[in-house]
Parts: sequence; structure tokens; C-alpha cells
Amino acid sequence: MKIDRRSFLSFVIGGAAGTALTPLPWKLTDDMSIWSQMWPWTPVPAKGEVTVVKSACTLCPGGCGISVRKVDNRVVKIEGLEGHPVNDGGLCTLGLAGHQLLYGPRRIKTPLKKVNGRFVAVSWEDALAEVSEKLAELRTKGETHTVACISASDRGTVAELLERFLRVYGSRNFIRMPSSQDAAEVALYLTQGVRAMPGFDVQRSDFVLSFGSGLLDGWGSPVYLFNAHSQWRDSGGKLVQIEPRLSRTAAKADQWVPINPGTEGALALGIAGEIIKESLYDENFVNKHSSGFQEWKQLVLGGFSPEIVSKVTGVPASVITDLARGFARAKRPLATFGRGKGTSPGSLKEVLAVHFLNALVGNLGQEGGFWAVPEPEYIEWPELEMDQTASIGTQQGRIDGAGSNIYTHARYLANRLPEALLADPGYQPLQVLFISEANPAYSLPGTAAFKDAIAKIPMKVSFSSYLDETAELADLVLPNHIYLERYEDIPAPFGYPQPIISLARPVTEPQLNTMHTGDVVIQLAKALGGSISEAFPWDSYEDCLEQTLGDKWDSLMEEGYWVDSEFESPQLSEAFETASEKFEFNNREISALGNYSLVKPDGDEAFFPLVLIPFDTMRLWSGYVGSPPFLVKSVGDTLLQKNDVLVEINSATAASLGLKDGRAAVLTTPKGNAPVKVRVSEGIMPGLVALPRGLGHTANDRFLAEKGVNYNRLAGPVEDGATGHDAAWGIRARLTKA
Amino acid sequence: MKKENAKRFGMVIDLDKCTGCGSCMVACMAENNVPFREDETDKLLSVAWMRVYKLNNGKRFPDADECFLPRPCQHCEGHNGHSPCVSVCPATATDYDAGTGIVSQIYTRCFGCRYCMAACPYHVRLFNWWDPVWPDGMEKMLNPDVSVRMRGVVEKCSFCFHRHQLAQQKADYEGRDEIEEGEYQTACTQACPAGAIVFGDLNNPEHEVTRLAKPDHGHEGKSKNPRAFRLLERLGTNTKVYYLSNREWVRRLGDNYQVKKEQQHS
Repeated sequence: MKIDRRSFLSFVIGGAAGTALTPLPWKLTDDMSIWSQMWPWTPVPAKGEVTVVKSACTLCPGGCGISVRKVDNRVVKIEGLEGHPVNDGGLCTLGLAGHQLLYGPRRIKTPLKKVNGRFVAVSWEDALAEVSEKLAELRTKGETHTVACISASDRGTVAELLERFLRVYGSRNFIRMPSSQDAAEVALYLTQGVRAMPGFDVQRSDFVLSFGSGLLDGWGSPVYLFNAHSQWRDSGGKLVQIEPRLSRTAAKADQWVPINPGTEGALALGIAGEIIKESLYDENFVNKHSSGFQEWKQLVLGGFSPEIVSKVTGVPASVITDLARGFARAKRPLATFGRGKGTSPGSLKEVLAVHFLNALVGNLGQEGGFWAVPEPEYIEWPELEMDQTASIGTQQGRIDGAGSNIYTHARYLANRLPEALLADPGYQPLQVLFISEANPAYSLPGTAAFKDAIAKIPMKVSFSSYLDETAELADLVLPNHIYLERYEDIPAPFGYPQPIISLARPVTEPQLNTMHTGDVVIQLAKALGGSISEAFPWDSYEDCLEQTLGDKWDSLMEEGYWVDSEFESPQLSEAFETASEKFEFNNREISALGNYSLVKPDGDEAFFPLVLIPFDTMRLWSGYVGSPPFLVKSVGDTLLQKNDVLVEINSATAASLGLKDGRAAVLTTPKGNAPVKVRVSEGIMPGLVALPRGLGHTANDRFLAEKGVNYNRLAGPVEDGATGHDAAWGIRARLTKA
Repeated sequence: MKKENAKRFGMVIDLDKCTGCGSCMVACMAENNVPFREDETDKLLSVAWMRVYKLNNGKRFPDADECFLPRPCQHCEGHNGHSPCVSVCPATATDYDAGTGIVSQIYTRCFGCRYCMAACPYHVRLFNWWDPVWPDGMEKMLNPDVSVRMRGVVEKCSFCFHRHQLAQQKADYEGRDEIEEGEYQTACTQACPAGAIVFGDLNNPEHEVTRLAKPDHGHEGKSKNPRAFRLLERLGTNTKVYYLSNREWVRRLGDNYQVKKEQQHS
């Protein structure tokens, strides 16, 4: 057959058309995409039996119930527990990503000991023996007071076991990490005579006046607050946010009142003055159930007129009057304190000023008001039998000075540790430091000073589950199970208006060679013997917890939580345990604190013309637990670009500094400097620089470390004259072109 | 194309309740096996089915205001299922399901041409430039109900279609024709701590989502609720995600493609 041009073309075209009509090309395309995609390294998650376990989250102090979905023994999803009084089904970013911590690369796999500056794995027997030998040696020498413990919380059985251990061993140095609870406790004690947790009944309030509280940025129990905010949207409740930056809370508020940072207390007194002047306060409460009102009134009316307050705060006088009227005329008004996530104590006088607003409108113990929430009294352990060594040890003062003549009101002063430890270069006041569920080398303002201070402690023992900044500095790491692997009781979160206990329980077997810190304490006590061993009459932590919870154990196992359903606020005539049995606007101790004064940020204004303020977001966590990979991923490019953090400045500030949006700059404070990028925003007052908290880790995993700047590295504490707590919110700063 | 008892699953997001916390994003990542890398700050390369945008009113201090806008796949119906992405896919890797109103994505069919990404007006589609890696045993957290995607394919929000399948299977097993409203909810809806997201069948007048969205099916689902709007409604994409806000500047931004500067990733 002859192949001419015509038949060749017919063949090619016909062939192409024919092939196109067959399934061949489509099948080949399909197969090719399958062949080129089915790589053996693409994981295929195994199927299995699906189960759901009720537990509770301990990642933040929020105390949410969780419902954990498992496939066989793998945790695949964490969701909010429906019907839980705190969060009822919703869950925050951190809780949702909790299983990334369970399986993540930042976990410590086995007990570690530092040898020549490097960690080597050791057995639990050796690690515990090393600690107990050191403790026994100090006891023989009569130096029991040189042992201390830093813990994120002082509530719940694990914290109480640690405190009990220290006490019966002979030391009073149990130190809680700072938070707004510090100042709140003192304010409650001074005005109401009670030792209780502050509770804010925000869900039932119809006018919330927030003095910088990041109600929607992680303050208190975040999901509870989100729910409250949605309820206000449906019910017409109002939120007024007073803070220098348009935070998420401010953006969601009905009114944003920008204010010079650190002057919130003055505004509270200004508002109080207007309420008094216009006689809008609750006369029944003030006349019948309060004392010291007249003296306080003189102080407020004398020094805090709207005009004076306006000059200090930058809030127009008319706005102050309007806020006073709006607040006092609302049915269920409520004022909140504790800036940002509430991780800084703040100034006592400021907290008192805000708390007096609550008293003025008579919302104490009322629906939608401020509640003093007593601790559920379930931890009733046998009275401690202290031997002579322990008695002598506990007669020594605390290392941080809390409760001493100078710092009468404070219970814990972690911020004073560097000063106390570095006071005498020739003397080392601490021999052993335990660190439980806290990361002070990252989270305490002034990280450099803290690191210097603890470097000289001969034995630092971390119970951290993660290789965080503090664990890296430790001499021994005795890794705790994480919350998904252990039992733990979780008392009511900060700000929650009801006594409640939730129970975290093991959702899965421990993944690594870790041990419950509660068991570590019990084992150490048994190794030390004598009165110490007798103070811990339990076989294990689980045994201790079950016995402690008693009849609540079954309902906790069943429901995951226990609420004191009979709790109601006492009658006003019985609510106050002060000398006058009334709410005290003024008394001897309060007047001894002196008049309200501003807490100025550290630094010389001439060298540092700006003020650096921190801010919090739900996507970044700055406490013991650093943000897991999903959260870092969810951080927007207005906060983080590559490894550079963006600091927010007002367009006027940017113009005066000659800086443009997106430009590199250097941020300098009295504590150090850091490279940053600039983000020009209209949501911040001029003269300020805002930096998010939760970045700038040097440890944890590669998904979190070396990104951005740690605010606490650039900041430092400012001691509150009234309590000794860290009252700083911000530090003076300079921003220059890079 | 019309099916009997056809569902039209859709979503209503109340922007006045949304606090921009990001729980929807994280819940979605955990549910749908979304991978993560060391640097996720280039949002054009970062795979996230749900993304929360930050809008602002463009005013100067102190009149500035912000709003957060969570954006899943909008599951466009267009005219009779002609979604922008479905129309251009040469591999039939994405399809409009007339039975549920869900725009599907079949990873093994996708050969990565990315036409759909160009066609989508909402940037919901994302390309896998890298093979996913779960370090140090983190693949234990993977959900077996959702397949893991590989390098070279496009992915996007599925309205957690696997949850629909599971609910339907359960209903079939129990001899029921219909699934209940609460039986099929997306991971983001379930996780939202503000209760800002409502999900359900827009064809079912009993469902909360229909009560809020008030879709006018005679006019391609346009809402009769004065608080509601859809994104870029003028394109005729006929989306199934409705947004609610009392603030006029927010509603205007939802349908104004000339405003570019004011939309940024939060």
C-alpha cells in the first residue's frame, strides 16, 4: 500500500479522533495522577474502633470540659464537652490543638540529667534518688529553707501536694506564678475580709465596663467569656472596653475608649466621682452595708474631677460623665480588672479603684455582678506533724519576702526572685528549686535577670513535659505526663462565678517514659521517711485523688465535672468578714496604702520616647504551654512574617519616626533590643508600640522557636509600692530604622 | 439535575458574634488532616480550609473599627450547579453535588493544573506545593475519615462531607431516610466558642440556618434578612455561606471588589 500525503493525514487525524473517542486518554490521565500521587510516604491513617472520652483541659486556667475522640488508642480530635457549665461544647484554639502537644516533638521523652552542660537520659530510680539524697543532705545540715518551688497554680491537689511537701520538709518557699489573681485576692481581703477567688457574673450582666481586661482575648475562662459576649449580642447587653489598643475585645465592644496605658485606675476613680456627684450610686448598699464611704468620697471628689482625670488618662471629660451614667443606670452593671489575659498582677490601688465601682453600684453577690467565690473545700488532708527540723526551717522568712514586714499583703512574689537571689554575690540562698507547670524563664518579665538568678542554684528540678526555656536551664528534668495521660482535679477558673471542679483523666496510655508529678512528690516523701513520709499516706497520686474527692469522685467520673449547686451568695449582712462586718471603702490598712498614684513604666523618657505595651491574642499563649503548630500556623501575616514579628504603631507615630508599613526597625528598651518589622495601624494610640505576647521562644519545637520577639525579654517588673507585686504594664521604648 | 428531597447545606456566620479567635481554623485543621510547616506566614502557600480575615472600616484613630470574617469554601451553586471552579476543571476532580449542594474535591483525580484556583473568586482553593510531613510520630493524630493529600493536588473545604457520610450511614443503618439537623455539623460550627456559626439545610425551613439566612430560592438564594449578605454576590456565584452584621460598613465590604487594601489576613 502506498502512503501518500492524503492517507497519512487521514491516518493521523483518524487515529487521534479514534483515540479521543476511546476511554484510553482519560483513563491514562486518571491513572497517571493516581500513580504520581500514591507515594508510600503519604500516610494512610489506620481505621479502628471509635470511642469518646470525657475529660477536662488544663492547658490554660480556663477549666473547660473536653470530649476526646479516639480511633483505637490514637487521639484524633479534641472537642468541647457539651453540657459542661464552663464551655458547653465550644473550645478555644489551644484546647483544640492539644493532641499536637501529646504527640509533638517538643515533649521530653525520659528523665534527663545535665552532665557537663548536656542532657543525658537517666532512669527514674536514679533521678529520684539524686533528688532525695540532696534533700536529705540539706535536712541534715538544717538548711531546709533553701528549697523552693515555683508553680503556675496553688490550687488543686497537685499544687497542694507540692506545698505540703515543702512545708513538712521545712520550707515556706512555695511560689505561685504572677497573675491578676494576686492583686484581686488582696483587694478582696482588704475590702470584704474574705479569702476567695474573684467571680464575674458576666453572662448575666447587661453593662460590662472592662478596664483593659482582654475578655475576648483569653482573659479568665475564654470560652465562657465568648459565650457571654454572644449572649449580650442577643440580649442587648453592652460592653465598654477601656484600653490603649483596638484589641479584639475592643473591636467587638460597643464602645472602645482609648486610654493612656497605666491610667485605668484614675479613670475608675473619675467615673466613681461622677457617680457620687450625681447620686447615682446604690444608696441602700452604701448606707447599710459599707463603711469608710465618707472618707473615700472626700478623696475621690477632691482629686478626681473629670477635668483632672481627663488630663491624666486622655479620655475626654464628657466621655467620663457618660460612662458614669451608663454604668450606674444599667440594671446589672459590672466592672472588670486584670489586663490582657490576666497574667500580670497589676497595681493594687488600681484594682481597688475598679472594685469600688462594683461596690458603688451594689452589685456584690448580685445577679450579673461581682462574686467572692470560695474554694470548694474538698482537700481535707490530715493535719501536718512537723518535726523539729521542719519547724525551724519554716520559721525562716520566705525567699521572695512575701508576707514579711515590707510586703505584708503579698502571698507570692515571683517577680522579686532575681533581686533576692542576686542580693549577696557571696551567698546562695537557694540550694534546690522545683518548677512545676510553669515556664518562668520565658514568662516572667525580665527574663535575663531571672536566668542569671537561677543559674547559681545548684539543683534546679523541672517537672515540665516539654523542653521549654526553663527546662533547658534545669539540672534534672522529671517529665510529667501531659493532661491527656493523667488524672488531675481542676478547680474553678479565675473569674468564674461558681465553685466547680472538673476532672482531667487519662485519655490514653502515657506515650513516653514520664511520671505524674503527684507520684513524684509521694515517692520523694517516702524516700525521705519520718514525718515527711507520714504526711503522705497514699500509695499513689490516683489513690490520693480518689480519697480526697471522696463522694465527688463518682460524679466526676460520670459527668467530668462537679458543681456546688447549693452555692449562693450569702446575705449582704453576712457576706463581709471585715471588722465592721461591712464592705470597707476605707479602713486602717487601705489608708495605710496611701493615695492612688500612677505606676509609671520603667525607663527614661528622654532616651525612650515611646511606651511599649504587650497585647494578647487567642492564637498565641505565653504561659507554661507555648502555642502548638496549628496555632502558630493560624497567626496572621499582620503579626508574623517569616521570623519577624510586626509591632503596631499609629500612623502619626510612624510619620514622626519616618517609618513605613512593613519596614524593618529596631525596638530598644532599657532591658535590651530586638529586630522587628513595623505595622502601621489606626487601632492604637499615638506614642505607643504594641508587641504580641507568646512569640520569641528559644526552646520548645521548631514550629514555635526563633519566631518573633519575647515581650518579657524586653520588659521588666515594676514593684507595686502597696504589695510588691509586679504592677508594670509596658516599658519605655525607642523604635529606630534598621 | 434536580433531585427529589435535595438538600442545600449552607452556613450562616454572625460577624457581630465572631471574635476572630481562630477556633474554627484550628478545629478544621485537626478534623481534616491539614498539614503544617515550620513557616506558614506566606498565606498564599499556607494550606488552611478555613481562614479568618480581618476587615477594617478605613477610618483614622480613634474611629477605627475592625471586624473578623471567617471564610470557608462558599460552595457556589451558580446557575444550576455551575460553580466557577467546577466549570473549569478538566479532570472532573471537583463537582457540584445536586443532592447536598456541596462542591466536592477528589484528590486522586486532581492533577494539579490549578485552573480552579484561578477561577475561584474567594481564594478558598489551595495547592499542595510540598508533601505533607508529620514529624516524630505526629501522624498518630490523623483522622481516618479524611484522606491525607499529597504534593501536587488542590484541596479546599468540603463542609466536612465525611461527617455527612457518617451521619447518613448511621441513619441508613437505623432505617431512617433523613438525618437530623444536629447529626451533621461541620467541625468549625461545632468548635466555635461564640456560637457564631450555624450550619444546616437551607432547603429545610425548620433548620436554624434557614431561619437566619432567609434565602429567596426564586432569586438564587438572595437573603431576605436585612442583616445578611453574601460575598461578591454580584458575581452571581450564588454561594451558600451567609454573613450577618448590623454594621453597614461590614456589609458593604462583603460585596465591593474595588476595596482591596482593607482586606488583610488577621
